[in-house]
Amino acid sequence: MAGYRESRMRVDGCNTVLRRGGNGPPLLFLHGAGGFGIWGDFHDRLASRFDVLAPSHPGFDGSDDPPWLDRVADLGHFYLDLMQALGLEQVHLVGHSLGGWLAAEIATRDTRRLASVTLMCAAGIHVEGIAQLDTFLLAPDERVRRQFVDKAKAESLAARVSDPANLDLVLKNQETAARLAWQPRLYDPHLRKWLHRIDRPTLVLWGDSDPIFPAAYAEAYGRLIPGAKAVVIERCGHQPNVEHPAETATAITTFIEGLSA
Amino acid sequence: MRFFNFHLMPYAAADLEAINANGSAWVTFPNSHYNPEIGADLYHGYLDQLEYADQLGYDGVCLNEHHQTAYGLMPIPGVLAGALARSVKRAKIAILGRALPLLNNPLMVAEEYAILDNLTRGRFIAGFVRGIGAEYHAMGVNPAESQARFHEAHDLIIRAWTEAGPFEHVGKHYHFRYVNPWPRPYQKPHPPIFTPSQGSTDTIRWSARNRYTYCQTLSPIAVVARFFDMYREEAEKAGYQATPDQLAWSNSIYVAETDEKAMREAKPHLEALQNRFLKMPIEMLLPPGYTSVESMKRIRAARVNVKPQTAEDLVKAGVVIVGSPNTVRERLAQYQELARFNTSLTKTQFGTMPLSQARENTEAVAREVLPYFQDKPTAVKEVAAQ
Repeated sequence: MAGYRESRMRVDGCNTVLRRGGNGPPLLFLHGAGGFGIWGDFHDRLASRFDVLAPSHPGFDGSDDPPWLDRVADLGHFYLDLMQALGLEQVHLVGHSLGGWLAAEIATRDTRRLASVTLMCAAGIHVEGIAQLDTFLLAPDERVRRQFVDKAKAESLAARVSDPANLDLVLKNQETAARLAWQPRLYDPHLRKWLHRIDRPTLVLWGDSDPIFPAAYAEAYGRLIPGAKAVVIERCGHQPNVEHPAETATAITTFIEGLSA
Repeated sequence: MRFFNFHLMPYAAADLEAINANGSAWVTFPNSHYNPEIGADLYHGYLDQLEYADQLGYDGVCLNEHHQTAYGLMPIPGVLAGALARSVKRAKIAILGRALPLLNNPLMVAEEYAILDNLTRGRFIAGFVRGIGAEYHAMGVNPAESQARFHEAHDLIIRAWTEAGPFEHVGKHYHFRYVNPWPRPYQKPHPPIFTPSQGSTDTIRWSARNRYTYCQTLSPIAVVARFFDMYREEAEKAGYQATPDQLAWSNSIYVAETDEKAMREAKPHLEALQNRFLKMPIEMLLPPGYTSVESMKRIRAARVNVKPQTAEDLVKAGVVIVGSPNTVRERLAQYQELARFNTSLTKTQFGTMPLSQARENTEAVAREVLPYFQDKPTAVKEVAAQ
């Protein structure tokens, strides 16, 4: 099992938590609105092939809450600065949910440090007429339960978010998520206009039963990003990396290793 | 003591079981439950009540603002204040909204309030609130920006009323090349300002520093007294002594011949208000960022194990006053002495109470309570003189 180290680095005046493990080409994993959570099987599997960098975004978990943070686009610029600060080149960018939106923001701005982009159950765009779960009206544990097909996995995660010891963290992450994504709800109407600029190989990776961004969202991203590949994980909700870590890590690895073949 | 007749204008005909099944009367409670013919009758009946309150000698009438809810039908309170501006001849008219952060253009409040102040020739009272959490779900405004938007909007409105226009405003949330509203307010420098709150420390401090009238909503009298003490302390820190007029307690009062009769008549309507119209999940009440993480934790902890409250519980805790004329007068005098306020924002209609019953109660409170407190040395002054 690959280990990881947790450290802090200062970028744009923001003290940022960074987890890093494994060897190989750099892979930057961008977490969703609930915060990073825990380094799990999914990250271990990626770390067996890649140098995995998994930060907590500014405003989330133990990272600072910088005064400049208002929009997902602000995080986009922050990560361009972070990649520059670390001297990263040929980065495989993997973003989940809010982090998927963020990956798209980064890649529409500047792909010079990127080798590939993976959008996993990504926020960021709106698809007309598709019913979506309003997670802001659900209690934290119920919000987790509704994101899974596998009820047993959902329960252990639900227990974690309803543990009083984690309340500060849950509230902090929710507040930042609201600041970035409350209105318009989980998208930027201007993002889709520029998705065609993403000139790196892109994987659109989705759970077949995502109640927050149903399959139509995967199809829309697939259409909007030139040459994007799509993989759908079956019996899977909004968190493929947690619900099906092996299959999800394999899908990403296969996609990336297929690029150099 | 000054008495304001405070109306929420609830949809009194609401299906309480449907509210219960939905989990709330707010945001997600389908508006197919609203019948416009019944609604029109309620609006007219409620406006009649407030006009009657003026004739009965209440010092003022109060409206407020809530959105997408059967709890109150005043999303645009200025419309109703406009309807009252020419028929309420003597009493003050207070809007205990508007919820400033919900607006993308707060100058519209500067304009709306200035019109009302002109129409009433200076009988208007301007309320500024943030709105409750549910409003942020209903109106698509970011709760994490609520505090900052409130303060920026407030500062801009005060400037628009007191500085000669046109001037430019460049803030974080609002940007205007020209700030130059017509009309200007009738009162100098501007209408009195009331700031209702559920008891946020920040709001109390801010209100005291600005010498605004602080209104405490829906709380047990012991809690009200604590918040009013906090206000007085903040005023002292700001270098002045707060007067009881700066403190307003928002309550419900019901008077009948005997305590038993009063309780019997008020009970279903108080319980409908408390346990149905006010009910909502905490995620709706406290959206992320609406208040600090610390306040969020305090309120969440206080809400654990909250059971439905009976009318008897509400009376016992001093959230409301229900009883015979004597009982009501005794209680009110006792509460005034305890919390040292001199403004009572009194609902005489609440929850499902029908119009005819509300009219009788509005009259009974005017007859049995008001004369004993209005224009008299207040309990506070008597205590101070001893």
